Amino acid sequence: MSHVFLPPDLDRLWNILEENPGALLYAGGTDLLVRLRQNPLKPPSLVCLERIEELHGVRERGEEVFIGACATHTGLLADAIIRDNFPVLVKGLACLGSPPIRNMGTIGGNICTASPAGDALPPLYTLDAGLEIRSRNSSRRMALTDFILGPGKTSLQQGEILAGVWLNRHPPFAIHHFEKVGQRNALAISLVSLAALLTVSAPGIIERVRLAWGSVAPTVATSAAVEAMLTGRPLSRETMDSAIPLIGDAISPISDTRATARYRRTVAGNLLLRLIEVDRRCK
Amino acid sequence: MKISFLLNNREIELDVPSDRRVVDLLREDLALTGTKEGCGAGECGACTILVNGKSRLSCLMLAAQLEGCSVTTIEGLSPGDALHPVQEAFIEHGAVQCGFCTPGMVIAAVDLLRRTPDPDRPAIRRGLSGNLCRCTGYQKIIDAVEDTSRRRGKGKAS
Repeated sequence: MSHVFLPPDLDRLWNILEENPGALLYAGGTDLLVRLRQNPLKPPSLVCLERIEELHGVRERGEEVFIGACATHTGLLADAIIRDNFPVLVKGLACLGSPPIRNMGTIGGNICTASPAGDALPPLYTLDAGLEIRSRNSSRRMALTDFILGPGKTSLQQGEILAGVWLNRHPPFAIHHFEKVGQRNALAISLVSLAALLTVSAPGIIERVRLAWGSVAPTVATSAAVEAMLTGRPLSRETMDSAIPLIGDAISPISDTRATARYRRTVAGNLLLRLIEVDRRCK
Repeated sequence: MKISFLLNNREIELDVPSDRRVVDLLREDLALTGTKEGCGAGECGACTILVNGKSRLSCLMLAAQLEGCSVTTIEGLSPGDALHPVQEAFIEHGAVQCGFCTPGMVIAAVDLLRRTPDPDRPAIRRGLSGNLCRCTGYQKIIDAVEDTSRRRGKGKAS
């Protein structure tokens, strides 16, 4: 049996964490409680973060936006600041799980679960998300790319929590795109996903581009080589065909019950072709 | 652990292990067996309940989290023996076959209609996409929700 704590504020949380080493933290419970049910070893205690007011909400701070780690996906989908500034994140969250999963699951949980298939993650990688890590006596910022170390592995230390996500307001991209390929539309783990931020000049030249793929490597995959190859070239089938072979160096997909590695490689490339269509629709 | 919360509009106080799953607390401790457990992993929606008015999965919530909340299960959707308009519509449209998914499906539909006053069919599909039904093929369920919304619209106009 595990004792479940429900601290109402951070001060109470720090006390609980000090007095209960080995406690596991959760917010929405949509990942941890599923894993615990499959695992006969129960942790001595669980700490649910959902009542901690400081970890909720979306706040504008100068040129940045702070998203509390316990903000639910449903809450973010309805938030005006998020909708105005980060359509790529909205598109990713809209296809995460299902309505009740989005009502319960949180952005902080999606990050700390560190699944290669987490649907919030590719958008956050393209947006250069920074994370606020807090403990009783310290608060530090680190890049999301440095925080996630591998499947289920983060650099969070004992006594620390992820307090929230920092994003730059007005990311300088005209096109925000997210596409997920799964076995069905709802409740499907993504087989491959692509988040893309793009600015295309009037004559059709790619001026700036950021790309991040989900489910094709132990963590979200990015490729400076592909981005460099695309920048300054026309957004065309020929350009994409020349960039697609470079994706292979950035990804290392596995074969599992849902798809083969070869299928994932092919789809990771083909998803780039969609950008041509998306750009046409924006005109 | 002692917890107190509002269950179907009645205050209730319980002494339960803090890590008891809410679905077990409802079904086994309180005999509210309308809420079903399908997968136990958040994928089927059969255990959907309303917590503070929002649909949540009772298989992925622990007893401690109910403290101070308002919980509505299928049993408490409407007072006494009266049926909720969504339930009436499910009967009329033959949206119930084996019935196992029905309580979760009805709760999800109530949540959807509260947040989206006049959903079109694609919006109804998205709203119910967290609830699996293996009998009906979904069409009659969507008909029922669409009809509830349509009638409610007429009610408001008159």
